[in-house]
Amino acid sequence: MRVPNNRSESPLPLPLGLLAGVGAAFFIFPLLGLLVRMPWASAWLKLTSPTALQALRLSLLASLSATALAIALGVPLAWVYARVSFPGRNLLRALTTLPMVLPPVVGGVALLLAFGRRGLIGGWLSDVLGIHLPFTTAGAIMAETFVAMPFLILTVEAGFRSMDPRFEDAARTLGARRWTVLWRVTLPLVRPSLVAGAVLCWARALGEFGATITFAGNFPGTTQTMPLAVYLALETDPDAAIALSLVLLAVSLVVLVALRDRWLGSA
Amino acid sequence: MSLDARVRLGLGTFQLDVDFSVGVAQTVALLGPNGAGKTTLLRALAGLVPLDEGRVALDGVALEDTAASIRMSPEHRPIGMVFQEYLLFPHLTALENVAFGLRCRGRPRTQAEREAHGWLGRVGLADCAAKKPGALSGGQAQRVALVRALATSPRLLLLDEPLSALDASARADVRRDLRRHLDSFEGVRLLVTHDPVEALAMADRLIVLEQGRILQAGTASEITERPRSRYVADLVGVNLFRGRATRNQVELAGGGSLAVVEAASGDVFAMIHPRMVSLYRQRPHGTPRNTWPGRARDLDLQGDRVRVRLEGSPSIVAEVTTSAVRELGLDSGEEVWIAVKATEIVVYPA
Repeated sequence: MRVPNNRSESPLPLPLGLLAGVGAAFFIFPLLGLLVRMPWASAWLKLTSPTALQALRLSLLASLSATALAIALGVPLAWVYARVSFPGRNLLRALTTLPMVLPPVVGGVALLLAFGRRGLIGGWLSDVLGIHLPFTTAGAIMAETFVAMPFLILTVEAGFRSMDPRFEDAARTLGARRWTVLWRVTLPLVRPSLVAGAVLCWARALGEFGATITFAGNFPGTTQTMPLAVYLALETDPDAAIALSLVLLAVSLVVLVALRDRWLGSA
Repeated sequence: MSLDARVRLGLGTFQLDVDFSVGVAQTVALLGPNGAGKTTLLRALAGLVPLDEGRVALDGVALEDTAASIRMSPEHRPIGMVFQEYLLFPHLTALENVAFGLRCRGRPRTQAEREAHGWLGRVGLADCAAKKPGALSGGQAQRVALVRALATSPRLLLLDEPLSALDASARADVRRDLRRHLDSFEGVRLLVTHDPVEALAMADRLIVLEQGRILQAGTASEITERPRSRYVADLVGVNLFRGRATRNQVELAGGGSLAVVEAASGDVFAMIHPRMVSLYRQRPHGTPRNTWPGRARDLDLQGDRVRVRLEGSPSIVAEVTTSAVRELGLDSGEEVWIAVKATEIVVYPA
């Protein structure tokens, strides 16, 4: 008789093994393709071309700004979701995390309809405050924030929820006001979630394409981030596209390894 | 210094309704089973849970008074609290944990840390100042939690199960130390525990709490000699019955009746020590005034004696010698006669 504990050592049924192999190959071949076709000799030249450098610089600026914005707005939102009970909380949470599953291009269209020149509040922003968002770097940052912030919100909310709220009680009995409790107890205790959420958010922002090109356009130097540059270069300079792609791939890999303990388990 | 508390609050279906005072330099233990509302009461006193109705006053000054719409927030109350599992901040060192409250009360960093060092030295933990809570033993963490609460010079110290996170071997030592530190603290000490040994060892007075209400309050001997609840009776290991007395006869609420020596009337408790319960194969005749048939349920060997739980009217626990068990051929399910002398039944008003 087979011992249930040895199930992991049971022989692999052939059809299942075949399908699993195809599944793995499906992911491995594209990555292999990038590596094989990588123009190693000219890679450095391609990456340091003015267009590529411009896209790199803009991507860093936009994704880091988007992450900062997401932390500033997303952490309070996550705190509210975790700690405040109000009618419609689940609906609001669903709405604010919708961009995780929404096609990014739809997100871009939605942003245009809200903040575009003839949008819901875009006209007012432009006429009264003189702020123009679409087709500017600020617009690119906004598009990236829109798509990436939900990752931070959900990760940090989980952090707030898993934290023992009695630590906050302990701080209060020691004389800490709410603000001190937040800065000296709550935020340090959720720091792992905060870091994970921020990294995830940044990685998503760095790779953002659809919402950015729809809402901010594709202007070199102001809104043409790396993914946009890759897409454009594919027509004119495939080697540059491959080199830039590999940079993005390397960043993703580093993020995955950095968050390894969180998602893949330390074992 | 004194604490006067009248606390009424509801959490879901649970209702807490208590009224008590604690006097000068006293350690009072709140004793009760899990779910009795002990921790909720401490949290209410600390201001972490608002009262529905009532008043909490320390030295005559109201911390909370629903009638006068006074409610001091926890950070402004002169209290120190030692939480269950201690809740030391895991990202701060022992020193920073103790200095935390001092910093919150406005001390500059260097002064707060100097004072915190002094506190750690007082409990023999000067060496552990730089350690994070994760690197401390249970007993050390308990002492850090105690001085963290004491460092801000509170006038009321609340301790929630201060020893429950320790393993049994460490508990006796830590308990002795804790008692010594508590005795040197001049404010009001209120200790929550479900462990009667802890309560008896640490407290000057006991308050027994069950289902959100105070069942009994007094010194340890007052409570153990005159238990007023099944919970306390079980802790002390005695049989407790409630009934209605008419002169020398008590009709028990759960069925059966007992003849007693002291004449009484109205609602009473009747307490019988298990050692005073005798068991016979045949119905006994002679001095015992109370005899009734019963069936043995559980036999529990304790040293050279056996505790026998008997079902009957009333059901009762008897404690007999091992040789008696042998002579009677007593076993679970056996029918026996139960006998208790009227002179061995203690009766007091309910």
